Amino acid sequence: MYILGISAYYHDSAAALLKDGEVVAAAQEERFSRIKNDPSFPRRAILFCLQEAGIALSAIDIVVFYDKPFMKFERILETFYRHAPLGFKPFLKGIPIWIKEKMFFKQMLRKELRTLGRYDETHTRLLFTEHHLAHAASAFFASPYEKAAILTVDGVGEWATLSLSLGKGNKIEVLKEMHFPDSIGLFYSAFTYYLGFRVNSGEYKLMGLAPYGDRSSETTLRFAELIKERLVRIHPDGSITLNQAYFNYQTGLTMVKSRKWEKLFGFPRRKPETDLLPAHCSLACAAQIVTEEILLKLVHEARKETSATALCLAGGVALNCVANGRIIKEKVFDQLFIQPAAGDSGGALGAALAAYYIHAGKERTCRQPDRMKGALLGSAYTDAEIRELAEEENVPFRSFDNRRELCRHTARLLARGNCIGWFQGRMEFGPRALGNRSILADPRYPEMQQRVNLKIKFRESFRPFAPAILKEEAASYFDCPVCSDYMLLTAEIRDCYKKELPPGYADLEITEKRRIAKSDYPSITHVDYSSRLQTVDRETNPLFWSLLTAFKEQTGCPMLINTSFNVRGEPIVCSPADAFRCFMTTDMDYLVMENIIFDKKQCKT
Amino acid sequence: MEFLKDLWGFFRERKKWWLMPLIVLLLLIGLLLLATGNTVLAPFIYALF
Repeated sequence: MYILGISAYYHDSAAALLKDGEVVAAAQEERFSRIKNDPSFPRRAILFCLQEAGIALSAIDIVVFYDKPFMKFERILETFYRHAPLGFKPFLKGIPIWIKEKMFFKQMLRKELRTLGRYDETHTRLLFTEHHLAHAASAFFASPYEKAAILTVDGVGEWATLSLSLGKGNKIEVLKEMHFPDSIGLFYSAFTYYLGFRVNSGEYKLMGLAPYGDRSSETTLRFAELIKERLVRIHPDGSITLNQAYFNYQTGLTMVKSRKWEKLFGFPRRKPETDLLPAHCSLACAAQIVTEEILLKLVHEARKETSATALCLAGGVALNCVANGRIIKEKVFDQLFIQPAAGDSGGALGAALAAYYIHAGKERTCRQPDRMKGALLGSAYTDAEIRELAEEENVPFRSFDNRRELCRHTARLLARGNCIGWFQGRMEFGPRALGNRSILADPRYPEMQQRVNLKIKFRESFRPFAPAILKEEAASYFDCPVCSDYMLLTAEIRDCYKKELPPGYADLEITEKRRIAKSDYPSITHVDYSSRLQTVDRETNPLFWSLLTAFKEQTGCPMLINTSFNVRGEPIVCSPADAFRCFMTTDMDYLVMENIIFDKKQCKT
Repeated sequence: MEFLKDLWGFFRERKKWWLMPLIVLLLLIGLLLLATGNTVLAPFIYALF
């Protein structure tokens, strides 16, 4: 039985294909279209999935979409109705597309599918699942647990912005929901907006900025108090009520009422790309503190309501790895699984899994470590395709027959301080590069963070880098009681590697804080000693594991900087051509694609 | 036809009958837009809403 899951028309459209419940392929459209967070119908992603399975569209039994458009329209209309005549502008902006296209969603989807190939509409059923059920299914059915509490937290689906469910076998029972306009995702996005980052994609930046604020400083604590007094009421079960007098997303085209926020926090909305001031860091820190408080309350509630010992997380907020780190530390649950594609792209996979287990009622068997195959579900390319590219570009290269030798050579280059593009095997599904579409560097060099940020990624210098570490070495270096195979947890570096901070450190400017080495591995240690950790498993990604092992043998260091293979504003590279283009337009020194190495010095001459 | 069936199913399931006039009105506008090739009525509709 083939099931195709689709997410589209909001942000991060994607496709996922199941064969008898097994994930055959999954990919985001942005990787193929090269448009970041591409919301359009995932035509190329679907074609890739079909190609990977070696089937035509006509072989698909069920196509399932990740939300219910009528219910979403109901929410939009009700919101307009409730606030009329306010909200006239967004009404004008939003309604025409609904009456023209989105109301006829089923027909539109069929039309799009027909452009991909012939199929029998009586054989291929078209289903729709609720948005949060798709998220819950993406987490629970992919997890290794027979029974688990499931929390899904995001901006908004149809009405739900949060759901607490109990997963058991092949069933998911929704226990509680929180509805729009109260939303933890929108609450976090409001701060993203106010601090000058892009909503729906800049949330990572807010999370990366937060540690530059001092959690115990008077300003941060005052901001946190103000947030809880004026903006959000946190209930004992972790649900929230947002004070809509301060938010504008229901009736306007912005997230917040900026004047009110300015009066509240004492500074205006930061304009994008302008300097980050200490007050911005303190507000980011306060927003993070309050978000963590809400999420921890929710996790306790989930335990109380379900009595399960395992927890599954999904939804955009589940990508907040700092909060996830806190959840682990609290030890409310014995086990935790976070869907690596926790955002809307993962909804495609969740919808397909929900159709297979809930709609078709198929039996489910649990498997360790999980069903995500290391999230390596995207497209792969052969040596021959890469050689062809080299010939087209007329550039010299060196080829290795032996993968062990390839790893040894690459490790040597890394140890000499080179920055390397590492393009191997199947592309990752979800927002993280996990060692198949990665830029790698040696974390021991103090200047590496700035070099990679400014000369390779062309992104803000304050943003930290994540370490990829051999799984068996992780506990020696980081205070993390569990594995973090999908780079979704932060953990503090062990005391023995920490460096003492100078007096008055907390009062320093953001640029000064960044310059001071916090540990023996300065490029991957954030200002608060934390790191967004990826533990690399030998079984899941043997080649990346071999590279880390070779690096450890040569340097004694079992980790590398691992950042996604892209530049700011672009999606992660998909094909060898994308990788080569990115390599040539940045300051990267070498590019390793499969068994072939390109040297920048030789490519330029 | 399938669209109308789905819409009816939606109203029955959600029991939000009060939304029906609004949706029907929007649908009629949509149909008019389609019938006139999106050009003649468009300025009128934008002015109305």
